[in-house]
Amino acid sequence: MDVNPDIENKAFPPAPVYEVGREKIREFAEAIGSTDRVHFDPRAARKLGHPDVIAPVTFSVVVAQRAEFAVVQDPESGIDFSRVVHGEERFVHHRPICAGDRLVATPHVDRVRRAGGHWMVTTRVDISTEEQEPVSTVYSTIVVRGE
Amino acid sequence: MTSTERPSLTTVAVGDELPGARYAVDRTTLVRYAGAGGDFNPIHWNERFAREVGLPDVIAHGMLTMATAARLVSDWVQDPGDVIEYGVRFTNPVVVPDPEGTAIDVAGKVGAVDTQAGTACIDLTVTCGGRKVLGKARATVRLR
Repeated sequence: MDVNPDIENKAFPPAPVYEVGREKIREFAEAIGSTDRVHFDPRAARKLGHPDVIAPVTFSVVVAQRAEFAVVQDPESGIDFSRVVHGEERFVHHRPICAGDRLVATPHVDRVRRAGGHWMVTTRVDISTEEQEPVSTVYSTIVVRGE
Repeated sequence: MTSTERPSLTTVAVGDELPGARYAVDRTTLVRYAGAGGDFNPIHWNERFAREVGLPDVIAHGMLTMATAARLVSDWVQDPGDVIEYGVRFTNPVVVPDPEGTAIDVAGKVGAVDTQAGTACIDLTVTCGGRKVLGKARATVRLR
């Protein structure tokens, strides 16, 4: 199965709102082995000028991947999920993700290209608040291995 | 986190090295990350499945390796909120044998300082057993 190059530049509707909880931030921080109090203790976070505990640098992926799923599942995309490996990931943070945030993640296909016998699909997920304040932009490149 | 002074635009120079670190990873780490990160692909916890798809053993989530490497930068800059950009390429898998596990070694170097923007770029070298597992790993931090 070939990836459909016509999905390049395709925009997808936003995923349902993701509400960021303190305990989810704690769970994620613990899972990556962080002991930084800014992820656990609202007072430590406020000392650094944040309104509440903030998420680790790569937490945006949790919010983004729900939105990216729509791209992979799109019958038009021709992406065989069983042949997908993660190629690249990049985050641009406009501000830290904070407990209490209600985030809207909107996926977009930035680029589709062939590389050797494989396909590389780069998606961009724009994460903002419900009030459209930009929070994070997540670029993800998946490699769909050829048969 | 350290009790040392936070790096600032006046103290940081190109070529400065961040204190390197070694982070242990075992199967429990992978199961925890699967739950917290919401990635339940069996190649990250099921040895039989991993071997069936041609892997030498269970491998770590690329995003766990990426998150682990970011700790070096977050801890150095002392506010994870000051890491404003971060990108990597996944070049080689981190193989995690049971029960001994493995370790990810992270080293960082200041690659650029932009005094106008108030930022610095940190180039990361991320290896497992001497083999590079992330490529083009670079973080941009805001300095005060």
